[in-house]
Amino acid sequence: MYDAIIIGAGMSGLAAGIRLAHFDQKVCILERHTTIGGLNSFYRIKGRSYDVGLHAVTNYLSSRAPKRGPMVRLLRQLRIQWEELSLSPQIGSTIAFPGVRLDFTNDFELFQSQVARQFPRQKDNLRRLLAELIDYDDLGRVGNETSAREVVGRIIDDPLLVEMIFCPLLYYGGARERDMEWGQFSVMFRSIFLEGFARPLKGVRLILKNLVRKFKVLGGELRLRAGVDRIVAREGRADRVVLEDGSEIEGRRILSSAGWHETMRLCRQPEPEGTPGERLSFIESISVLDADPKQLGHDRTIVFFNDSETFSYEKPAGLVDLRSGVICSPNNFAYEEPLGEGVVRITALANYDRWSELDERAYRLEKLRCYDQSVASAVRFMPDFRRHVVDVDMFTPTTIHRFTGHDRGAVYGAPKKRYDGRTHLENLYVCGTDQGMVGIIGSIISGITIANAYCLRQ
Amino acid sequence: MTGAEIKEAVVEILSDIAPDEDCTNLKEDVAFRDQLELDSMDFLDIVMELRKRYRVQIPEEDYPQLASMASTVAYLEPLMKDMEK
Repeated sequence: MYDAIIIGAGMSGLAAGIRLAHFDQKVCILERHTTIGGLNSFYRIKGRSYDVGLHAVTNYLSSRAPKRGPMVRLLRQLRIQWEELSLSPQIGSTIAFPGVRLDFTNDFELFQSQVARQFPRQKDNLRRLLAELIDYDDLGRVGNETSAREVVGRIIDDPLLVEMIFCPLLYYGGARERDMEWGQFSVMFRSIFLEGFARPLKGVRLILKNLVRKFKVLGGELRLRAGVDRIVAREGRADRVVLEDGSEIEGRRILSSAGWHETMRLCRQPEPEGTPGERLSFIESISVLDADPKQLGHDRTIVFFNDSETFSYEKPAGLVDLRSGVICSPNNFAYEEPLGEGVVRITALANYDRWSELDERAYRLEKLRCYDQSVASAVRFMPDFRRHVVDVDMFTPTTIHRFTGHDRGAVYGAPKKRYDGRTHLENLYVCGTDQGMVGIIGSIISGITIANAYCLRQ
Repeated sequence: MTGAEIKEAVVEILSDIAPDEDCTNLKEDVAFRDQLELDSMDFLDIVMELRKRYRVQIPEEDYPQLASMASTVAYLEPLMKDMEK
């Protein structure tokens, strides 16, 4: 009998596991896949290591920052030293729309001066927006769920600037089409523009490996290739989980990071009536280069691009929507030593249903075609690197679904969040993207919050 | 444990919870909250660490007693006086 069973060894499950194991609970994390990470994972292919998931860690903590906010909370709650994350800050990123570019770094003053120069009339409005943002400590109170489009549209009266501000926030955390809740917007704005991007030289796997090591040192048990087939309930309580191999495990409490609908399915709950709600997913093409992107004249860490004045963050009708995208060059962080080979990752909106309909041959063909198209789309906003490509890889919404189990390859979970993490069973809780917080830091905070609320505070 | 030893134990816990803060020169009668950046999650951890390290159970209605070093030590003294350091 475990004190807690955690479904999923992603960022949120590992974080919850560390909290519980630290306070002497007997914890078992069950992971269906052969490796850890979930939506933020990594893999090796043809001798090269690739990251999947977010391009950068957000919520970077500069030495000037106050001792609060998600990053401090994460470090303190998991008893991790700042140095253990080995984060190197970004060099600088850009939001590129036709004829306008806004650069930003981890120093917000640059973004402010860029806005002042390109949108002189909006300078004070940006300051007003800043003052309106909900404080981290005030989240969860009334008013969080109003439309961010409404609030921002009231303060900033240039629609182009509104689109340009929304573009990175939606791409890095939008579970809904077009808009997000004001509370979510406040979190994302702070984590991206006010705190900023960083990355460990060795990628996201370094963070994951640190979390697993911590969990195991504390006595936690991690089982890979241990997919959960169902959660068996008795008298309103989750009684045990049955694994895909038929074995059964009992736990006093169960935390599931599988997703809300995915978890309900494990409980054999009937599917809710009506449309399932959209899920936003992406393709990503990865190009390995024989040169550092900086040598090709590209020093941007991340470029959020969009080729018209309005930004359409919607599930595309076809396989992909290449009118907009995100270009990430993991080489372009301020590391102490160079990363090695050049890498360009290009992310664009994609439609899971279209991809999943393809037979194997068509799927492989479309992957190649979309690789070419995504690169052709990106080089409108960065130097053409195509002569320098030595290797490529690509993932699609079906890849994400296959490796994470998240419905329709949803990267930021279902549009409806379950902030309190509770379910119909009194000892079953959800954490991770469907609980509310997204991204690497957000997911970790989600695991911590749910573990604290229901497993530690008696 | 003596009052001084309990104080030392609390400082150790605070330093582990908030390694980015200097917890060695806290004023006895001033609330932790006014000297350190501590949120409710950190306060929960003080309670949890006391339970983990010294098996002291603190009911939720007593949490306000842990506001400052002086009140914390006063509260813990009867609970921890028979413990070995």
